[in-house]
Amino acid sequence: MHDIYSLVTGPLAWLSFALFLGGSIFRFTSLYRLAQKKDSAVFEYMSLRYALRSIAHWLTPFATRNMRLNPAMTVVTFAFHICLFIAPLFLFAHVILIQESFGFHFPTLPNAVADILSIIVVLSCLFFAGRRMFLPEVKYLTTWVDIAILVAVAAPFFTGFWVYHQWAGFQTMTLVHIFSGELMIAIIPFTKLFHMFLFPFIRGYIGSEFGNVRMAKDW
Amino acid sequence: MSDSKPITENEIDDKGIMAGVEKLSPEKIERVINEVITAETGAKLKVYVDTCVHCGLCSEGCHYFISRDRDPKFSPAGKVKQTLWEIMRKRGRVSPEFIKNAAVVAYTQCNLCKRCAMYCPFGIDIAYVMSVMRRICHKLGVVPLYIQDTAHSHSVTANQMWVKDDEWIDTLMWQEEEARDEVSNLRIPLDVEGSDTFYSVIGPEPKYRAQLIYQAAMIMEAAGESWTMPSSPGWDNSDMCMYTGDYEMMERLKKVHFEAAIRLKAKRIVMGECGHAFRSVYDMGNRALGWKMPPIPIIHAIEYYHEIFSKEKIKIKKKFDRPVTLHDPCNIVRGRGLHHMAREVVNATCKTFIEMTPNCEHNYCCGAGGGVINCGPPFKNERVESSKAKAEQLFAAKAKGAEVVIAPCHNCHGGLEDIIHHYGIDMELKFLGDIIYEIMEIPE
Repeated sequence: MHDIYSLVTGPLAWLSFALFLGGSIFRFTSLYRLAQKKDSAVFEYMSLRYALRSIAHWLTPFATRNMRLNPAMTVVTFAFHICLFIAPLFLFAHVILIQESFGFHFPTLPNAVADILSIIVVLSCLFFAGRRMFLPEVKYLTTWVDIAILVAVAAPFFTGFWVYHQWAGFQTMTLVHIFSGELMIAIIPFTKLFHMFLFPFIRGYIGSEFGNVRMAKDW
Repeated sequence: MSDSKPITENEIDDKGIMAGVEKLSPEKIERVINEVITAETGAKLKVYVDTCVHCGLCSEGCHYFISRDRDPKFSPAGKVKQTLWEIMRKRGRVSPEFIKNAAVVAYTQCNLCKRCAMYCPFGIDIAYVMSVMRRICHKLGVVPLYIQDTAHSHSVTANQMWVKDDEWIDTLMWQEEEARDEVSNLRIPLDVEGSDTFYSVIGPEPKYRAQLIYQAAMIMEAAGESWTMPSSPGWDNSDMCMYTGDYEMMERLKKVHFEAAIRLKAKRIVMGECGHAFRSVYDMGNRALGWKMPPIPIIHAIEYYHEIFSKEKIKIKKKFDRPVTLHDPCNIVRGRGLHHMAREVVNATCKTFIEMTPNCEHNYCCGAGGGVINCGPPFKNERVESSKAKAEQLFAAKAKGAEVVIAPCHNCHGGLEDIIHHYGIDMELKFLGDIIYEIMEIPE
């Protein structure tokens, strides 16, 4: 048990960070090079002002027509993404680990709040899975990879909740928790999770086109 | 109406597509696809296809999806699934049957209206993805017959309607002669060097709607415009090659058009009320030629009308008194933000203006755009059925009292005419120019 613990908290953790960082840098630079070579027009039409205008609208709840047309999805999407970042970053147990490993400290969330945030993430994933299974237009587009990604994202939160409450087998679950977290981080550059980095560029480009050339809103 | 035939999923009654598909082999498909993907696309297509998280939120953006009872196949991402996803996943190793379906989807089930780009949370430009599919189909020789015929006409005559050089001049002279009954010294000035305005129209104007040239001449005359039209090719600003995926021809057409105006040393081009032609000169054609913006100032008729009313260059007898509603054409609203100006012109010319909803950038396409109407009778029934959302929008405007639909775009006229007829909406269709001509004071 201890050996496995050392493995997941040592080499595997580093491997996960390396894959995340290396993979992200690789994908970014290769896409940037390809864009320079083949889509030079994209750079010509990019406008910081209109890119930010579009991004700001799409990061504000209910600021776009489609968000107003899908209120449940809007609430869940925003709650999910916010909790997804806040819960693991400011969780007391994680901050302690970071402090022990790297020596710096930052504010933490009360455990009860972190608990709720984790539940929100898991429930959101269930909501997304429900959409994938029952909404025809989403079902039509869904592949097994989409479901696998949802599982990969929900797993660290579900297992984290389990571990915190020390339910049966929580020691084994701790290992699963750490591993699933590492897996989620490691696959970001290689899956559709990479949208977290591409969002500002895609949104920014269409925002620039709409704002600067087409003189129209894109929300 | 009698010449239109319904199509089903398995039976595609289009000679252009069928004849093209028969000549395909898996090797040819793979070679052509990879040529297009590697030589003509890059990070943009890759990022769009790779980033789509399959959330289905674009669906609400598409009038096909809404009109076809929310059938997932008609959602924007659903159409990408039937085309470029599969092609990229299989690296071009798809069957002729796949290409047949992909051609139907790309040419006849998407108006390239870009509304979905405003509904996708990432802002993925699915119209661009569909254009890539059309480009592949064009290079494979799998294009619907009717639109390919207009593309051939462009190749041969530099206009969309097989109008011969002498017929063009003859039509202008005919309209000038007619107009002289009203204004004795009216001219349609040909090849005048150094005019302020070079006026260009689309092929169907001299072919079917010559009275629009008459009206434009009257408006120009009343506004005291220094204007001209060319006597040789370059007068047609339309561009079906842009929609078939024949980008080489698109470039040639735009070059002929821009150069005709530049050769006559005109200060600017004013275009008639057409949407797709505007997309061609302001967005796709100029870019393909390497111009970030058009090489000569170019304005749409709405901007011109706005100018003559705001500068009080034209007087009206009285405002148009029947209640009107306004259809916002994709290519000049999502393409150029002309919805504000259009409303100002409508308010300057009409007594009662009733908005249809959703409007402005969120307006539904007429169903004809993107070359879909140009794919002709084999796809007409499906096109009109796919415009149920538009019909409901028109019914709602009518219920509020609107009797006349103003559509400042030729394709929109074609599409809306079919919708009005099919659904029995009983509304009259007009161009802004029709209204202005009807209410303006005719010059002495």
